[in-house]
Amino acid sequence: MLSKSSMRTPLARVRGLGSAKSGTGHFWLQRVTAVANVLLTVAFLLVVISLIGKPYPAAVATLANPLVAILMLLFVVSGAVHMRLGMQVIIEDYIHSEGLKILAVMANTFFAIAVGAACAFALLKLSFGG
Amino acid sequence: MAEFNLPQNSRLTEGKAWPKPAGAKKVTEFKVYRWNPDDTANPRTDTYYVDREDCGPMVLDALIWIKNKVDPTLTFRRSCREGICGSCAMNMDGKNGLACTTGIDECGSKGKVAIYPLPHMPVVKDLVPDLTRFYAQHASIEPWLKTTTPAPEKEWSQAKDDREKLDGLYECILCACCSTSCPSYWWNGDRYLGPAALLQAYRWLIDSRDEATGERLDDLEDPFRLYRCHTIMNCANACPKGLNPAKAIAEVKKMMVARQV
Repeated sequence: MLSKSSMRTPLARVRGLGSAKSGTGHFWLQRVTAVANVLLTVAFLLVVISLIGKPYPAAVATLANPLVAILMLLFVVSGAVHMRLGMQVIIEDYIHSEGLKILAVMANTFFAIAVGAACAFALLKLSFGG
Repeated sequence: MAEFNLPQNSRLTEGKAWPKPAGAKKVTEFKVYRWNPDDTANPRTDTYYVDREDCGPMVLDALIWIKNKVDPTLTFRRSCREGICGSCAMNMDGKNGLACTTGIDECGSKGKVAIYPLPHMPVVKDLVPDLTRFYAQHASIEPWLKTTTPAPEKEWSQAKDDREKLDGLYECILCACCSTSCPSYWWNGDRYLGPAALLQAYRWLIDSRDEATGERLDDLEDPFRLYRCHTIMNCANACPKGLNPAKAIAEVKKMMVARQV
């Protein structure tokens, strides 16, 4: 809000530090991964449904198929990227303390990469024989 | 964090109930937000009873009736009383709109008419919000024709179909109903330009006579200035002129992608 303690003009405050001249990449990648996720989620669900009630070796056998394994890897990567982008927007929306915001954005990146790496490792381990 | 609770000194209290007009047959109850910067009291809601047979059909008619006949201290902005100046924008029955073009009977969803200033703006007094920042945001998008080519002897010419692209944009009266209905503007109004300023920005971006399209896009390309719009659509719902700022913002985002992809 326009605090009375500062004597900066309203226009100076609105202009602030100027335009970041970025944000379109973030916006576009969020849309691209959203479209990818629609297709990849269908593939993921088909794999999950086909494995309902089946034992561990059946899962290993299914994921040994390179097409299945690659699709599942893409699902993990696209999902993790999309999750990171979306969560960053939510953090920027609601967290206004600069220090806390920087920490949260950083933690969000770490979390997305860690989750993605763990999923990818599990997938590769299974598809290379369990 | 975004503040979801009002600060202690902004919490509403129950105000004065003014007497019912004597002998009136058709009476409507109004709950009106009151706050006076000259005392230290918290804001309150006063109750007024309006004699509908002595008063016009619009909310603004009722406010003027109250000011003339009941309580001359009630403060609000108004000018044209026909929806073209944008002065009497306020929150009626939970929805932003112009008091002069909103019928009293449209606002009775709870049996009475609740009237508050535009949401999430500093209040100057009663129903008058401080729109300083809102106007500065409009100024920041430089809402005028920018050209490098020397001005022609007569006017800048524009094809008929190019002129039609400005329909649905030029009608904006800057009443601030849209921006103050936008949650993203509530939480980040200091950095997000808001629907009104962005609709105006688009009005100049697609003006075929303007030669500063690239610079205008550069200036808007920002995670906060433009991309805080999450297509919530409250703006289009609130606009008393029936415009669609959310669509204008989506068009700006398309222009951003078009020059990169």
